[in-house]
Amino acid sequence: MRDYFYSYLKSDATPGAAGNMLWAFIYIMLIFMGLSIAVIAMNWLERKVLAHMQVRLGPMRVGPHGLLQPIADAIKLLIKEDIMPAEADKLVFWMAPLIVVTTAFTTFIVVPFGPQHAVTDMNIGILFMLGVSSLGVLGIVMAGWASNSHYPLIGALRSSAQMVSYEVAMGLAVVSAVLMTSLHGAGIYATGGGSGMGTLSMIEIVRAQQEQQAWFAFKFFPLGLVAMFVFAVAMVAETNRAPFDLPEAESELTAGFHTEYSGFRWSLFFLAEYSAMIAVSSILVTLWLGGWLRPFPNLLAGPTWDLVFSLFPGLTFLALAGLTSGFGALLGLIGLILFISPVRAWVQDIYWFVAKVAVFMYLYIWYRGTFPRYRFDQLMKVGWKVLLPTGLGVLIVTAIVGVL
Amino acid sequence: MAPVATPFFFYLLSGLALISGILVITRRNPVHSALALILTLLALAGIYLMLYAPFVAGVQIILYAGGIMVLFLFVIMLVNVGRAEKERQFNKQWLLAIAATVGLGIVFVRVFTSSQTLTELLKRPLAQLPETSNTQQVGFSLYGQYMLAFEIASLLLLVAIVGAVVMAKKRI
Repeated sequence: MRDYFYSYLKSDATPGAAGNMLWAFIYIMLIFMGLSIAVIAMNWLERKVLAHMQVRLGPMRVGPHGLLQPIADAIKLLIKEDIMPAEADKLVFWMAPLIVVTTAFTTFIVVPFGPQHAVTDMNIGILFMLGVSSLGVLGIVMAGWASNSHYPLIGALRSSAQMVSYEVAMGLAVVSAVLMTSLHGAGIYATGGGSGMGTLSMIEIVRAQQEQQAWFAFKFFPLGLVAMFVFAVAMVAETNRAPFDLPEAESELTAGFHTEYSGFRWSLFFLAEYSAMIAVSSILVTLWLGGWLRPFPNLLAGPTWDLVFSLFPGLTFLALAGLTSGFGALLGLIGLILFISPVRAWVQDIYWFVAKVAVFMYLYIWYRGTFPRYRFDQLMKVGWKVLLPTGLGVLIVTAIVGVL
Repeated sequence: MAPVATPFFFYLLSGLALISGILVITRRNPVHSALALILTLLALAGIYLMLYAPFVAGVQIILYAGGIMVLFLFVIMLVNVGRAEKERQFNKQWLLAIAATVGLGIVFVRVFTSSQTLTELLKRPLAQLPETSNTQQVGFSLYGQYMLAFEIASLLLLVAIVGAVVMAKKRI
């Protein structure tokens, strides 16, 4: 048993590739825990940041600066009465939140937090992520229909139309990034080299960016950036977030597809929405922003710079400890542990991945605070008449530049 | 590494596909039928995975379960469901349909057993295909050996899309 446990630590493959069930289970549990904590943190951060953008204080009462507010809210939701409408379709109503939350969490099986920090690596990695997250629409449609009520039904219809249309633009942007994995020219402006074999595996996509010494956002200079922009807009619509949150536009539809849900079931929708946001952000980070790679791996190369960049995780925690007063000592202790050499090497990939995802999570809040909501016809126009042709154009030009 | 594709999974998945397939035609509520059909498609995706074809499984999930079935549900919700529930579930063609199904089944079995007997076929172990480069292999055959057929199929789809737009819109 001990040997089984330690044997994986020596290998440098994912638990799935090494065939180690125990470690795969440990990784799944770690990701599950990490996600739940991230959703709680995101909930607090969103309320605080939105409040400060609107010159308010936000939650202040529970804990220092309202830090324990999300936990209080979670307890409130769990002990609330669970109401099911009398005319609802019982089975479908019960299944819908489960499907939404399962699909949102299943996508994280292939997310590469580091060269060996993923549950498993599939040959169809990115296709799997897109496919499973597209199944999440089913849950939303089921929730809207099973409620047997007008607002949820309209919300579900809007949401399915929106998500199916933006999936197309999203897919085209992804294809152009996948195409770049097969074009082996090194550096940002390199062209040609179109004879290599491409890949859909998430880990291999990041490895390709490492080999080509360019994040795909900067490859073939404007092209990668445009594809990333198309994806970044489409992913906001795909997760039903402001400014594309028409399925739950509160001024028109009360709360959209989850109007009739309360208590624990509603909190499952909430959990799924935030973990889907993290999932699409991590697709973007993996495809265009080099996944777990640290910034400037070739410009600032060498052991000295490696050391400097590996100190970042510890420094972040020390800075956080300096900002907080209450349990700052704990954060400081974590920061000091992260300076130890083997821990440093183990953690830095995860740190860079999470830091990049965190930027996009902050952007989500920023969008919500600053953009007015789109009208439904404007939303469809943006999806079909702007993003789709742009994505298609970028794909064709990438292919042409690739074979030049 | 031991193969995951044990007979247990085959019987589980094919049983799931069969049961949910029967549910598709016996449920009175069209939304329930559509949901059962999604389960059938997902079970089939699992069987493709067992046959070492992850790419086909992924495409099955993303296109059929995620795309087409969502549009199905979209349409079913828009039309009047109340009337469909009162109609008779089976019409007078069920005898003909069973005859056609049995005929098709016999043809399938004949095709597979034309070179060998059925018992030999069932005992034959599954072929071990290169799972790790499945997508690349599919790409090579689609754009190499079957280039012409692939392009003709995509042209046909394009014609269908144009046709749908022409029929749906009065003024273009």
